[in-house]
Amino acid sequence: MKRRHFLGLLGAAGVSLTTGVSAKAASGADVAGMPNVGGVLFDASRCIGCRKCEAACNKVNDLPQPAKPFDDLTVMDTARRTDAASYTVVNKYQPKPGENPVFRKIQCNHCMEPACASACFVKAFKKTETGAVVYDASVCVGCRYCMVACPFNIPAYEYHKALAPRVMKCTLCHPRLLEGKLPGCVEACPKEALQFGKRRELINIAWDRVTASPDKYVQHVYGEHEMGGTSWLYIAPKPSFSAIGMDEHLGTTSAPELTSGALAAVPAVAGIWPVLLTGIYAISKRKDKIAEDEKKAAVEAAIAKASADAEAKLAEELSKAEVAGKRRIEVEVKKALEAAAKEQEGGEDA
Amino acid sequence: MSTEHAKNGSLITPFNIVAGIILAAGVVVTIMRFTMGLGSVTNLSDNNPWGIWIGFDLLCGVALAAGGYTTSAACYIFGFKRFHAAVRPAILTAFLGYALVVFALNYDVGRPWRLPYPIFYQQGTTSILFEVGLCVFIYLTVLFLEYLPAAMEWKGGFDKYRGILVKLTMVLTIFGVILSTLHQSSLGALYLIVPSKLHPLWYTPYLPVMFFMSSMFAGLSMVVFEGTLSHKYFHHKMDEDYNANYLDLQFAFAKGAAWIMAGYLAMKLLGLSMDNRWAYLFTGYGAWWLLEVVGFVVLPCYCYAVGYRDRNIGLVRLAAPWTVIGIMLNRFDVSLIAFNWQLPSAERYFPSLGEIIISLFVVTIGIIAFKFIVTRMPIFYAHPAYKDSSH
Ligand code: SF4
Ligand code: SF4
Ligand code: SF4
Repeated sequence: MKRRHFLGLLGAAGVSLTTGVSAKAASGADVAGMPNVGGVLFDASRCIGCRKCEAACNKVNDLPQPAKPFDDLTVMDTARRTDAASYTVVNKYQPKPGENPVFRKIQCNHCMEPACASACFVKAFKKTETGAVVYDASVCVGCRYCMVACPFNIPAYEYHKALAPRVMKCTLCHPRLLEGKLPGCVEACPKEALQFGKRRELINIAWDRVTASPDKYVQHVYGEHEMGGTSWLYIAPKPSFSAIGMDEHLGTTSAPELTSGALAAVPAVAGIWPVLLTGIYAISKRKDKIAEDEKKAAVEAAIAKASADAEAKLAEELSKAEVAGKRRIEVEVKKALEAAAKEQEGGEDA
Repeated sequence: MSTEHAKNGSLITPFNIVAGIILAAGVVVTIMRFTMGLGSVTNLSDNNPWGIWIGFDLLCGVALAAGGYTTSAACYIFGFKRFHAAVRPAILTAFLGYALVVFALNYDVGRPWRLPYPIFYQQGTTSILFEVGLCVFIYLTVLFLEYLPAAMEWKGGFDKYRGILVKLTMVLTIFGVILSTLHQSSLGALYLIVPSKLHPLWYTPYLPVMFFMSSMFAGLSMVVFEGTLSHKYFHHKMDEDYNANYLDLQFAFAKGAAWIMAGYLAMKLLGLSMDNRWAYLFTGYGAWWLLEVVGFVVLPCYCYAVGYRDRNIGLVRLAAPWTVIGIMLNRFDVSLIAFNWQLPSAERYFPSLGEIIISLFVVTIGIIAFKFIVTRMPIFYAHPAYKDSSH
């Protein structure tokens, strides 16, 4: 009965038993079944840093007005990141001295297998068919593991709300997409630096542009494979993506893959430990009994001899005894002698 | 409030004064936290979403509470019966430790009343944090059940229930080991998802194994350390059985810790050579890594080994708090110091006064609860009415 009880409880603990298998499913590898997933291509060589996308994003998402207006371009003198009041920011970079600056827009990249979604312990994030990774504030606990996990440092938090703080990030204008509209930022861009479309097609467009002007562009489409691929794709003028503040060392392993090994170990641990531990317990119990019997005999013998050469004599006698088990008995005898000696000492002290 | 004070006839003891100040400050910060939000009392930011409430309260708290499963496993499963007297203090410490971890989490998460959501409402099974949460939740329950007999003996009149719980000892112990293996290692696994944020000297696929191994010697060290302290302050509460065995226990645990630390060290080096990360050793972070590994693993391990060999209890008692500090250093490194290492220094995190106060607040509550319980309940001694029972 104990055993069954035990396995039943384990079953409860083992909601996670299934996770090794489903690690991908929940966090978006069903994207394989989303061939038409949407995305945006950002071409840094076309961006002029006008901040029109920032303004549009602020408007369509009803975000609070910033301290400095959106036509104030001096804010770009310092690097910024997204925060609870801005889902997107444009930063200015100077890759080569003397040449024109390059601008880059930052927002959630809407990963194909999002780290934020795979990290969230209440499934508050979901990759959708439109390409958007959407967030559901009604279940969010506010643990902020999504923020820890995101390799692009995107999700921001409402640190100054006492009761209902939310995680804030670009939604890819999911509600607008469902209405058949373009994302606010894409619609507002005067230079077509932003282009919305099906991710597959955007990748082709990006490669066409990049290979057509090998002198101008870095020969890489950022987001095609980074962290398992993202819906937001980037191409950039030379020399490099890191020159415009993008991490080029992220690798192509998706976030769920990074943790799937550890999750897959859960059933193994939950399955093997009880068997192993019960075994060890059984052995130690048996050993206890044997040791106790032997100890009893040995202590009696030792007390009978009660002399310094007891050990040697015992060993002699023992050697006459069966060869099998001899070593173990020796060890036990030694232990017992020590115990006896200690007892004696203790007695003297007292 | 405890017996010693009754003797002095005064509540004004140094301990009470310090504890009182911390508690009062804690209440103030608590009010601020829950009326003005996390931003009003912490230095957390969008780039540093986790501070010492995770790095210290959760990661260190859980690691240092590992004495519960290590001691009960040693006693009940591995058959070191003579350490029986050490089980109750260890279980009590673990229970209080985990209860405080959960308590502290209420400060850190944005909407604490939703903490049961991941378990009862919508399970994010792909999340390592889900595994941590579930295990901690179940293990806290297990620890409570393991602790309960002591409380029942104290109150009296629960013999029937106590009997049932005592019969369940073996099952609960095995459960404790499974759950501990899982969540101790998952705390390390939490960081598997951030290879780009955690410094390569600390990021390794072995993180879960390393966290588990280090939790074992953390637990053993805490039992030794705490045993020494308790012996000093609660000596009058301890019975012969406890006193007769506690030296033996400290030596046995020293031996165990030394072996596991040696294995842990081997894993650390293996991690380095696997991805050939030796070059990092010659950077600033490398020096820090060496400090952690040589200063707080190799040296205390050596102390433990020599202390055990020469039966030198002084060395063992030195190694224990030393190892404990080393574990804390390691957890801080992974969660705070080597985390976000590529951010410019202006954007790095340092805890605010408010965060430190809450962490002290939590520790103080723990010490007070421990004092309260051990001065009343049969923790360091067997209750006279249940002397012959095996639990
Ligand atoms: S960029 Fe970050 S927040 Fe956006 S989907 Fe990817 S992991 Fe999530
Ligand atoms: S903060 Fe919210 S959305 Fe982010 S991981 Fe935690 S529960 Fe999920
Ligand atoms: S897609 Fe929408 S939410 Fe995202 S940056 Fe553009 S306007 Fe903002």
